[in-house]
Amino acid sequence: MTTSVQPPLLELMGVHKSFGHYAVLKACSLDVKSRETVVIIGPSGSGKSTLLRCVNLLEPPDSGNIFFDGADITSDLRNATEIRRHIGMVFQNFELFQHLSAVENIMLAPMKVSGISRADAHDIATDLLRKVHIPEKADFFPDELSGGQQQRIAIARALAMKPKLMLYDEPTSALDPEMIREVLDVMAELSSEGMTSIVVTHEMGFAKRAADQIVFMENGEVIENASSEEFFGGTVNERARRFLDQILH
Amino acid sequence: MSLELVFDYLVSPAFFHGAMLTLLITATSLLFGIIVGLVVALLQESRFRFLQGSTLVYLWLFRGTPVLFQIIFIYNVLPTFGIRLSAFVSAVIALSLNEGAYMAEIIRSGLQAVKKGQRTAGLALGMTRAAVMRYIVIPQAARIILPPIGNQMIGMLKTSALVSVVAVEELLLVANQTASSNFRYFEALTAAGIYYLALTTLFMVFQYFLERSLDPKRARRSQKSVPLLDRLTLITQQTESR
Ligand SMILES: Nc1ncnc2c1ncn2[C@@H]1O[C@H](COP(=O)(O)OP(=O)(O)O)[C@@H](O)[C@H]1O
Ligand SMILES: [Mg+2]
Repeated sequence: MTTSVQPPLLELMGVHKSFGHYAVLKACSLDVKSRETVVIIGPSGSGKSTLLRCVNLLEPPDSGNIFFDGADITSDLRNATEIRRHIGMVFQNFELFQHLSAVENIMLAPMKVSGISRADAHDIATDLLRKVHIPEKADFFPDELSGGQQQRIAIARALAMKPKLMLYDEPTSALDPEMIREVLDVMAELSSEGMTSIVVTHEMGFAKRAADQIVFMENGEVIENASSEEFFGGTVNERARRFLDQILH
Repeated sequence: MSLELVFDYLVSPAFFHGAMLTLLITATSLLFGIIVGLVVALLQESRFRFLQGSTLVYLWLFRGTPVLFQIIFIYNVLPTFGIRLSAFVSAVIALSLNEGAYMAEIIRSGLQAVKKGQRTAGLALGMTRAAVMRYIVIPQAARIILPPIGNQMIGMLKTSALVSVVAVEELLLVANQTASSNFRYFEALTAAGIYYLALTTLFMVFQYFLERSLDPKRARRSQKSVPLLDRLTLITQQTESR
């Protein structure tokens, strides 16, 4: 990891988001450096998903700025579609396209967004299936795959666009315990290869293994933002400590 | 009664022509009905209040009045506004607009059956709203709405008999005219009935192959596919008369 003065890949500055009168995000700020993995934890309803959805402009922030790759992406929301090509997202419920096979799920965006030929898209998909360790499931449909396999295909689908940043929203929360490992392993491998990532998860084992930075959110605010060493070294904010005690028991 | 006469009618140019006209009216009205339905369903999804409102008025008018009324209205009332259409065109317009109102409802429910997360996943990959619709939502909705559309197809075949009211020489009118000239109702109507059954069967077979072609897993599961005859009985049971 470089410690040069290059600006962060992603920078959130005072992001606000309300639904009606209900403020879901209050002045959230966050820096994510290139090649870094940030883990976000926090109680349900604290705004973690909304924060991720603001980053790729699925939810446009009400105020504040988001800089991605050197540009303020909140300045003109008409560019949202273009921005999203460079930011991969993985969902709790996988959301694989049900009418497409695993390999077709991965090929769709390269073909329809980047205009890559079917043959080239197939090559990209085949490589990625190997990367997520299930080349043999290429022609299976989502409803024929286990949750862990589906989530790994979903990761491959996002990677097919060669994103600069990956967003994971509780990627293992919908999985049976025995499948959590295979998904976290793939994510940790990507992180160690330098894939910049933001991961909302309560898997503290993964955080210990892969995170450079840990963020604790509560009631729409970033309460704690610590390096992995600080966080696991014990210098943790009181509220974060209490939350950790809850999820670890 | 004379089976020979039934056969003569079956091969007569008048009956054949009537059956072809019935098929033409049905196919054309279905095609335009589906287009109207798709447009209306997409407009209902739009964010513009005015467009949503217009579709509601359209649905209210065409679902709230009898088809027969709509056919007669378009043929007889539009000319007073200077719009003069042939009986055939009036009939197709009336049936298309009527069908569109029902198709819109079927298509809309199909689009809504595709979960929101599927669209979000498409958007997150950098696809435009139009691309998400085309490559993600519509293909999934198509599979959901195909069985009810099949019912509409067969329903339309039967509804098309109503256009005899504006003197379009379709199958039932031909049969009725033939019979009233010599009072051989049994023979004329039997011949027409045979044509209707043949056309309905044709539609069922068409629907069967359409459903099969939309099943993405057919390649690997071809051995397990249900035999055609079983499928036809199934479709017949699903089809409700109108
Ligand atoms: N589209 C929406 N409309 C209204 N309220 C929403 C919407 N999305 C999220 N919320 C609310 O915002 C709060 C934060 O939600 P979320 O970001 O999903 O939290 P988390 O992911 O931390 O559980 C919740 O109270 C939720 O009900
Ligand atoms: Mg959430």
